[in-house]
Amino acid sequence: MKKDIILCGVGGQGILSIATIIGEAATKAGLYLKQAEVHGMSQRGGDVQSNLRLSTEPIWSDLIGEAGADLIISMEPMEAMRYLAYLSRDGKIVTSSKPFVNIPNYPDEEALQKELDTLPSIKLDIETVAKDCGNPRGANMVLLGMAAPIIGILSVENLREAIATVFSRKGEQVVEANLKAFDAGVQAGSK
Amino acid sequence: MKKLLLGDEAVALGAINAGLSGVYAYPGTPSTEITEYIQNHPLAKERGVHSRWCTNEKTAMEAALGMSYAGKRALVCMKHVGMNVCADAFVNSAITGVKGGLIVLAADDPSMHSSQNEQDSRFYAKFALVPCLEPSNQQEAYDMMAYGFDLSEKLGEPIVLRVVTRLAHSRAAVEVTEPKAEKLLSPSTDQWVLLPGIARKKYVALLGKQDAMKQASAESPYNKVETSASKTGILTCGIAYNYVKEALGNDANLVKISQYPLPEEKIKALAANCDDLLVIEDGQPVVEELVKGLLGAGYPVKGRLTGDLPRTGELNPDNVAKALGKATGAVFAPAKNMAARPPQLCQGCGHRDVYAALNQVLADYPEHRVFGDIGCYTLGALPPFQSLSSCVDMGASITMAKGAADAGLFPAVAIIGDSTFTHSGMTGLLDAVNDKSNITVIISDNLTTGMTGGQDSAGTNKYEAICLGLGVEPEHVRVVVPLPKNMPEITRVIREEIEYKGVSVIIPRRECIQTFARHARAKKQ
Repeated sequence: MKKDIILCGVGGQGILSIATIIGEAATKAGLYLKQAEVHGMSQRGGDVQSNLRLSTEPIWSDLIGEAGADLIISMEPMEAMRYLAYLSRDGKIVTSSKPFVNIPNYPDEEALQKELDTLPSIKLDIETVAKDCGNPRGANMVLLGMAAPIIGILSVENLREAIATVFSRKGEQVVEANLKAFDAGVQAGSK
Repeated sequence: MKKLLLGDEAVALGAINAGLSGVYAYPGTPSTEITEYIQNHPLAKERGVHSRWCTNEKTAMEAALGMSYAGKRALVCMKHVGMNVCADAFVNSAITGVKGGLIVLAADDPSMHSSQNEQDSRFYAKFALVPCLEPSNQQEAYDMMAYGFDLSEKLGEPIVLRVVTRLAHSRAAVEVTEPKAEKLLSPSTDQWVLLPGIARKKYVALLGKQDAMKQASAESPYNKVETSASKTGILTCGIAYNYVKEALGNDANLVKISQYPLPEEKIKALAANCDDLLVIEDGQPVVEELVKGLLGAGYPVKGRLTGDLPRTGELNPDNVAKALGKATGAVFAPAKNMAARPPQLCQGCGHRDVYAALNQVLADYPEHRVFGDIGCYTLGALPPFQSLSSCVDMGASITMAKGAADAGLFPAVAIIGDSTFTHSGMTGLLDAVNDKSNITVIISDNLTTGMTGGQDSAGTNKYEAICLGLGVEPEHVRVVVPLPKNMPEITRVIREEIEYKGVSVIIPRRECIQTFARHARAKKQ
């Protein structure tokens, strides 16, 4: 079994934390893993993405090919669609519904949402959900929660444990706050 | 024990565990994480492994060569264009030879994710007549450090280790070995004085080692042969091997090349069994050209030069699969509601205030040109500022402004960051002072090397002293604080210094907001 995931968003939205957690869970579960990311100039308010490949068998390429991704997990709705060529015809998009507008020519938001609805996607206002559960900086954990039941090769419980491990050095409170955001995402995603 | 490591981290840990005594580097994407990993590693700290950032790649290369002279293992790390900066020292290090193992790591950036060109560092290894290692994955990157240091000491030559962005910045599990001890101090007793009479002898000695280098490639565990019934032979280098395996699995007739000079016998044997060869290498067509010479004009060799693979840009699973005749599945049509989202200066960044002030003043000088440099502030070329006319290489802002001013252009303004200034701007400023060139230099000082993530900057707290020491007149070294509220003062200072007929330096100084936030968080904890 394998799962190829594209994580994407805008620099600074926290996609690398999601990658770290999935990476931790995959390692603990004994899966093979490759995770490619682009650092440097593209971090600053530009589009960012990470290719995450999980498998029970050895993995060759660090990059996912066209029509190869089982899942696109995106912190931003337009960014989710930037990588459409990489989404498998049987794949799915899990995305934040809320646009991050830092460019003058951002597309018409209504048209964008409509186009997203024509694609195999689930979307959610993850920032509001994160605020509602008292962790406004935990939107990325809400998103991971939404995606958790679909990832398949890892269980929801694998991911919860990984969150606890990754955030443990920041203290019990931070772990709890992130787990709460994650659980809210799981709930909202399964509705 | 297995550890999840970035390619860069695998290099770093491989070096530490191979008994590294010093890493010498200037930050540059995609190589930066190597030195950072060593700086933070407990064993490297305990051993006192040198890891402080250097002023530029040339000082790094020379210091590493000095450590090698003293008998210890040293690593130099840089992005590919850093090889140009250290080329003098690097090429001559092949002539002097080395004592302690010396690995020169060049991180190439095909597709220019964060660079000005996609030059291929394998050319440098060939140019200097030294071996090059090119790992195909994170495990090889780790293993090749101990292997490379041993090879370097055995041959008495530096070894180039070439990685590319997709390996440097990709994570995978790596089997980690027990750390070895550092080498003891044992300075070289060889002749290292490259006077012409001595250099001629040493050059002949270097040529004499070429057969041993070829032999090492022929026997290298990293140059592998795989066979199948296919009549197209594949030569694949470094990470390109993974894309081939992704497409073909075990059904390929191939030679995987991860150590140079080329394993010629393996290549000839493959060619003899096949009708043609397809060369799949990331970067420039280095092997493709070499193999044409090796096999003679009649043998069909395909690759980037024949259009079977794209001439520019990095390899990926798709262009490799296409070259191998494998079709990709049906893809979704591109999204209609889409716009490019280029990187931009952070909100609240001091460079923004510098550009706002500069644009305001320069609006009154329609003939002006602003010569830019390498750093976050290169983004001043993009909207909303669009201030820059050039960005070429580290330090070129000052010297290009000088040359343009020599030609009569006015106003000629240079903008350069603090770290770039100490890297390669100081010597150019001295030229301008000696010529009394009519230029205005802005050293936009954010107290860090910002674009690569906030590493220490070599000249922090020394900029006024450096400019005065180089001979800029004291009344024309001006310091301002780039904040919106100071706009009247900043624009007045810029205007005065443009009007001054000579070299002036304006230093807008405010800490990078990213490092400021990081320092504030550290204080709170």
